[in-house]
Amino acid sequence: MDRKSQLVQGLLFGILFGFLLQKGGATRYDVIIGQLLLEDFTVVKIMLSAVLTGMIGVHLMKRLGWVRLSPKSGSWSQNVIGGLVFGVGFALLGYCPGTIAGAIGNGYLDALAGGLTGILIGSGLFAALYPGLRDGILKKGYYGDVTFPRLLKVSDWTVIVPLSALLGLMLLLLERAGL
Amino acid sequence: MDWLTAWPWSPYAAGMGIGVLSWLTLYVSGHPIGCSTSFARTAGMIEKLFRGRKVEAKPFYREIRPVVDWQWMLVAGMVFGAFLSAQLSGDFRWQWIPTRWEAAFGDDRLTRIGVSVAGGVLLGFGSRWAGGCTSGHGISGTMQLALSSWVSACCFFIGGIVTALLIFGIAA
Repeated sequence: MDRKSQLVQGLLFGILFGFLLQKGGATRYDVIIGQLLLEDFTVVKIMLSAVLTGMIGVHLMKRLGWVRLSPKSGSWSQNVIGGLVFGVGFALLGYCPGTIAGAIGNGYLDALAGGLTGILIGSGLFAALYPGLRDGILKKGYYGDVTFPRLLKVSDWTVIVPLSALLGLMLLLLERAGL
Repeated sequence: MDWLTAWPWSPYAAGMGIGVLSWLTLYVSGHPIGCSTSFARTAGMIEKLFRGRKVEAKPFYREIRPVVDWQWMLVAGMVFGAFLSAQLSGDFRWQWIPTRWEAAFGDDRLTRIGVSVAGGVLLGFGSRWAGGCTSGHGISGTMQLALSSWVSACCFFIGGIVTALLIFGIAA
């Protein structure tokens, strides 16, 4: 596929993604911090219903041979340490790298002047330290691009069916609890 | 056409919409939804402005080239999509201090911006360390059942919840 149509497609899909995040309320600091304070479960509801819908669709398309999936490679040190550092930043800023784009579109200047500047600095800092990290700590506990079905040596659907039920049940319980 | 101006939508409607969007990006463009790598590319583009082409030779930027790609346009589109939705919903406004922040920490702009920069640095650094963010790991990776993404997504929220409870606990 040529580069120009890739870029146009990216832009159009991005407009839809930003639109949906804003309509869901996820471009707001108050909603995101409300989730992290366990008071408002909007963000978890959006994420779990996206994962549930997406998971079934992408695996059906994989089964039909329409798409190839690309699970990310990782290691314990990469995903646990990076994940926790990310989490601290997530709570301080109140936006994540995706919702901050939406927040900027919503007119939130703390996202534009503060958060965006910070993310660019943090990314540049990582780039500077990358050679040392890559050959050192990031390799510890390496497990590659393994998925749960491969780890458990079962078919995709043996994981998807019970996982879908579990995610559905979690959403039901959240509603029941009035959250 | 009331749904275009209604706000907020049910989180389930927004979430299922994002789920369907993730089918389309994969089927049409061959890419799962992700965001954070684009900020790293942008950091490289900015570095290039100051230090020239030798930036491209850095090991990190040899892997994550400082160029505009599909995902970069996705993130740019998100700014516009959210703007469009906010306008249609009557929710667009210029705002320095979020309501919830002001209630806990006051209305000093410099404090809010300082903490936002600090949070952003950790987000940028952490997402590169973990290899993704709330979109790439949290949504696209978990739906592909990747171990790396489930571990990351859990840690995003563990780190986020503990930190949020701590800073809001101190303020209270």
